[in-house]
Amino acid sequence: MSDFVNHALFGWYPYLCLTVFIVGSILRFDREQYTWKAGSSQFLRARQLRWGSNMFHVGVLMIFAGHFVGLLTPIWVFDALGVAHSAKQMLAIVAGGFAGLLCLIGIALLTGRRLLDARIRATSSFSDTAILLVLFAQLLLGLGTIFVSLGHLDGHEMVKFMNWAQGVLTLQPNAWMYVADVHPIFKCHLVLGMTIFLLFPFTRLVHIWSAPVWYLGRRGYQIVRTRALAEARR
Amino acid sequence: MKIRAQIAMVLNLDKCIGCHTCSVTCKNVWTSREGMEYAWFNNVETKPGVGYPKDWENQKRWNGGWRRKSNGSIEPRIGAKWRVLANIFANPDLPEIDDYYEPFTFDYEHLQTARELEAFPTARPRSLVTGKRMEKIEWGPNWEEILGGEFAKRSKDYNFEGVQKEIYGQFENTFMMYLPRLCEHCLNPACVASCPSGAIYKRAEDGIVLIDQEKCRGWRMCVSGCPYKKIYFNWSSGKSEKCIMCYPRIEAGQPTVCSETCVGRIRYLGVMLYDADRIEAAASAASDVDLYDAQCGVFCNPNDPGVIEQARRDGVPEAWLEAARQSPVWKMAMEWKVAFPLHPEYRTLPMVWYVPPLSPIQGAAEAGQMASVNGMPDVRSLRIPLRYLANLLTAGDEAPVALALERMLAMRAYMRSKTIDGVIDHSIAQGVGLDAQTVEDMYRIMAIANYEDRFVIPTAHRETTEDAYDLRGGCGFSFGNGCSPGETETGLFGAAKRPRVKTPMEVA
Repeated sequence: MSDFVNHALFGWYPYLCLTVFIVGSILRFDREQYTWKAGSSQFLRARQLRWGSNMFHVGVLMIFAGHFVGLLTPIWVFDALGVAHSAKQMLAIVAGGFAGLLCLIGIALLTGRRLLDARIRATSSFSDTAILLVLFAQLLLGLGTIFVSLGHLDGHEMVKFMNWAQGVLTLQPNAWMYVADVHPIFKCHLVLGMTIFLLFPFTRLVHIWSAPVWYLGRRGYQIVRTRALAEARR
Repeated sequence: MKIRAQIAMVLNLDKCIGCHTCSVTCKNVWTSREGMEYAWFNNVETKPGVGYPKDWENQKRWNGGWRRKSNGSIEPRIGAKWRVLANIFANPDLPEIDDYYEPFTFDYEHLQTARELEAFPTARPRSLVTGKRMEKIEWGPNWEEILGGEFAKRSKDYNFEGVQKEIYGQFENTFMMYLPRLCEHCLNPACVASCPSGAIYKRAEDGIVLIDQEKCRGWRMCVSGCPYKKIYFNWSSGKSEKCIMCYPRIEAGQPTVCSETCVGRIRYLGVMLYDADRIEAAASAASDVDLYDAQCGVFCNPNDPGVIEQARRDGVPEAWLEAARQSPVWKMAMEWKVAFPLHPEYRTLPMVWYVPPLSPIQGAAEAGQMASVNGMPDVRSLRIPLRYLANLLTAGDEAPVALALERMLAMRAYMRSKTIDGVIDHSIAQGVGLDAQTVEDMYRIMAIANYEDRFVIPTAHRETTEDAYDLRGGCGFSFGNGCSPGETETGLFGAAKRPRVKTPMEVA
């Protein structure tokens, strides 16, 4: 790939995607909260959802946590902890592979259901089906990188991605150079991954922002609203 | 002590004729929309039957309502908060649309557009979810109407608990009653407790329980939490909806649509004062049968000067205190003890109460030898088993239901004596622990049931807390971003989007 394409895809595209991701989410939350929802289809067909949805979500949360910690933790932290790059890569391959397989079974069940079940298919929007297929493709690409990674277990390639991701987030203009020479399957995975951030505000993925963890901290169970208080707050 | 007011409802089942006018007017106003075709904020069930959705009273299956833990505190039956979150990806206690029914329409247009045929054209059913042909309609919102279906299936009715139900399958012994159901606007709502988003709330001013459609994220836990299955998941919008007690009408001092249109005049709306600080203790009562009395203990007597004083301090408007003194709900539930909560054992402290129905005496052959007091039949010889009503209304405690039925019979006997024989018979009233004046009041409110006696609804005075100027040009009751539902009907360049095939009209 020419430097221009590499520069565009790994130097500029991340910022386009992150901007749309953040600004788009805020705009949609502000303007169109009525469309902000998990979009569950369990009510129309529970079959296959119990296994599919649980496996998919648990898998994808593990994958997300792995990417977040693995890519964004500064390298010196691992060095200070005495974790060798090769050991970190092995951990990523084993844990990521397990979570990926869990997620793969889940998303396969969910995709089959979305495409083949008449009720789900008829009530799905274009974005519902499209984002599911994009996630499916991204998962396959991610699992595909494992086979490439097994060819070089020294952790050298992995460090490139850490440098790139941290470089992008710390606004280093030359961050794209770290990944200019990696295997094409990694590049595809990166570009599609950034694209998911780009599509995020336009799909049901926005429900991730609203994961109701605050429920655990709610005092008591009941919620009472009064007009007088609403007036006082204004 | 923290006194709040609530608009509560009483339904006099003794007068319900099962005409479904309440259900139909409610549907026309609130739920004739895509995603809510299957949902009836108000429905009328024929009992005995499994009801709508199927088997809704069986909390072993649905886990609705609250559970009392061994340490005496309560938690939603679907589980503690961490348990609710653990089930968020796939809710194991969620009914499927088939537990209600798959909504359908008929190919009416085919009747007009069919070519010349040998046989009459027919309007065949079509699913409103998929738009596809339905060969057979398996279930509907009122499938058991007037004892429709075989007794073996209807007798799965949870209220047969402790009743020798086999004999009621025989034609000679059969019985039935109607049960109109809507959201109970509970004092201790399990839907509010189980909503992870905190989108459901109870209004302090009038006790109406509402779902904030902006904050609802469709985690669908409230559908499981509500033991009455009166929260409906809108499969089109992905959000839950429920009966809103027609709050725009209530705020204006008008009765709800179901109450206004009830041709049997069975519905009553009135203010109940309650002590919010006593709710939790009442809902945690040790035994299920204690819950009816415990809930009565949460209500405050609107004629008590101490209560009035405290209510004023807690900000209850004067008009609401006056309405509470006139409240038909207070009279029936607390003074005359003829109205009861629906399934108090769910521990939600429901606020839609029911006057149990009288029924014909059990068999003509037995009529001659029946025990009677003051010329009135023993309520245990009525056709609807007392235990069945008690399972429905008092968690199985027969005594309060028996007293209520006796008082209703006494009211009839007293008025018959007065108007036919011209005799005021005080002994009839005293026999059921009432005086003649109270019986005449009961007659005026329960039998005559004039509009102004049935609906005593103070207005909300929104003008004191809201700036009406902000509301000008508003869209009234609408979803989404002001006047927009948040969906664009046209494509990027103004052309119509490809419509989703939905109804037979669109197919043709």
